[in-house]
Amino acid sequence: MTSINSTAAEMASALAAKEISSVELTQQHLDRISAVDGKIHAFLHIDQEGALAQADAIDKKRASGEKLSPLAGVPIAVKDILAQKGIPTTAGSKILEGWRPPYDSTVVAKLKAAGVVILGKTNMDEFAMGSSTENSAYGTTQNPWDLARTPGGSSGGSAAAVAAFEAPLAIGTDTGGSIRQPAALTGIVGVKPTYGGVSRYGVIAYSSSLDQVGPFARTVLDTALLHEAIAGHDERDSTSINAPVPQVVSAAKRLDVKGMKIGVIKELSGSGFQAGVSARIAESLELLVAAGAEIVEVSCPNFEYALAAYYLIAPSEASSNLARFDSMRYGLRVGDDGSRGAEEVMSATREAGFGKEVKRRIILGTYALSSGYYDAYYGSAQKVRTLVKQDFDNAFTKADVLVSPVTPTTAFKIGEKSNDPVAMYLSDIATIPVNMAGIGGMSLPVGLADEDGLPVGLQIMAPVMQDDRFYRVGGTLEAALLSKWGKPILSNAPDLAVK
Amino acid sequence: MAAISRDDVAHLAKLARIEMTPAELDHMATELEQILGAVKRVQEVATADIAPTSHPLSMSNVFRDDVVKPSLTNSEALSGAPAKADERFKVPQILGEE
Repeated sequence: MTSINSTAAEMASALAAKEISSVELTQQHLDRISAVDGKIHAFLHIDQEGALAQADAIDKKRASGEKLSPLAGVPIAVKDILAQKGIPTTAGSKILEGWRPPYDSTVVAKLKAAGVVILGKTNMDEFAMGSSTENSAYGTTQNPWDLARTPGGSSGGSAAAVAAFEAPLAIGTDTGGSIRQPAALTGIVGVKPTYGGVSRYGVIAYSSSLDQVGPFARTVLDTALLHEAIAGHDERDSTSINAPVPQVVSAAKRLDVKGMKIGVIKELSGSGFQAGVSARIAESLELLVAAGAEIVEVSCPNFEYALAAYYLIAPSEASSNLARFDSMRYGLRVGDDGSRGAEEVMSATREAGFGKEVKRRIILGTYALSSGYYDAYYGSAQKVRTLVKQDFDNAFTKADVLVSPVTPTTAFKIGEKSNDPVAMYLSDIATIPVNMAGIGGMSLPVGLADEDGLPVGLQIMAPVMQDDRFYRVGGTLEAALLSKWGKPILSNAPDLAVK
Repeated sequence: MAAISRDDVAHLAKLARIEMTPAELDHMATELEQILGAVKRVQEVATADIAPTSHPLSMSNVFRDDVVKPSLTNSEALSGAPAKADERFKVPQILGEE
């Protein structure tokens, strides 16, 4: 019997077999959102009417015998950074409050064309700058595993929605770990595809050379199905790769890693990582060996500089990208009383509309790009980027995929790091190198830490456009873990419907 | 390196078009100094012989055919405007006072 606890693949089969209609399935998820989102606050906007209309249209097409896409009729939650025509899109910022885009981002257009039912837009750190959703101008999202903790960020709303069974699928974006880190902290699967694998058209830009859209789901196969639905070349994004989409769905189904070499990154293990995190990662490696993989140790000596380089490159690009919020064509305008000039109105609007972290990064980026400091900061960071890429290139000569923990710790408490930007930045230490090099990575839930009973994520990384490799390893490991546990990891999470 | 002063931040805020309060400038100066202290490590390994990487893909110009395609209508483009007049964006005074 299909329910909100089913996988997206199960929902799709039940829909295809007409055991349930998309309207019924969509309504079940809307009811779940009404029941639990008061506690989670995963959504910024719920499009009940639009979702049910889209579901009804799919049901009618199916009834008429029309050929439908694999995920047609299955609901999804979309991060509030992707433009959706006529639907409020804020990027978690007051500067875009009330804005309704006049067009669809390519990913939203692809979801609509595939008949995936969009339930609503999810909460996020303002302009994707953060690792906890605490930087959202619209309040923090709570982690379904423990409401006192953050779900991670910046795509924390999307991750929490999937972990809380408010949606089987979600879309996020990942600039320095913003899909993989919240997936790890909420016990679900999240993938940052190869840079250029998914179109960025209509995605509000934070750091254009690092930003990438990707899927969240509760299983590796569901994640792969969504990945294939959104990936591919787009002539509206000049950085989109014009090559076939990696065969991620068949890789997810392969369940075999015989002969694969798995590289453990020396610099992303041991001290600096919570003991319970390291223990679950070590067990996962044993399972992969039992499945026929070979473990090799690799060294990436320049990764220790990646975090510092990221916090120069991303703010620099952000200071330029966010110049578009000038109060002239859309979004907030403050202080336009007829006596003030455009520049004054612009400055007053940006002061009122941007939150603290966004201002911090714009100022930092402006500094790093300013004359006299450019070579010392932005220029040096770009050189570190070269070194990080070289480290990956070398490591991939010794291994087919690389692995590490996704995060140094399990989910942290809300408020724990919000007043210490440098401590918050450290939560991205293992995810950032992937963005710097433009490769893809997956976060796979591999168990609960002994200290706190919270989920742990294993990061699996593959070379550019070899995303199928981490689906192959992830799918195999997921199956081994499931047979060990006897039940999915999320069945250990608290029952949110209990008052 | 020299400490970041409130005046330095005020200059950056002016460049970035953000009208900050004096308290915000002071706070930002302290934070900026902390963050710069943490990120300046990049200089330890960024030697002259390393080429910079600005982007993960080595792409040159990407062209498409110059064909007219449907795009936003005037009213769609203006739909989010804070102010409009005569089918145009209405903006505050841009040139000098007079």
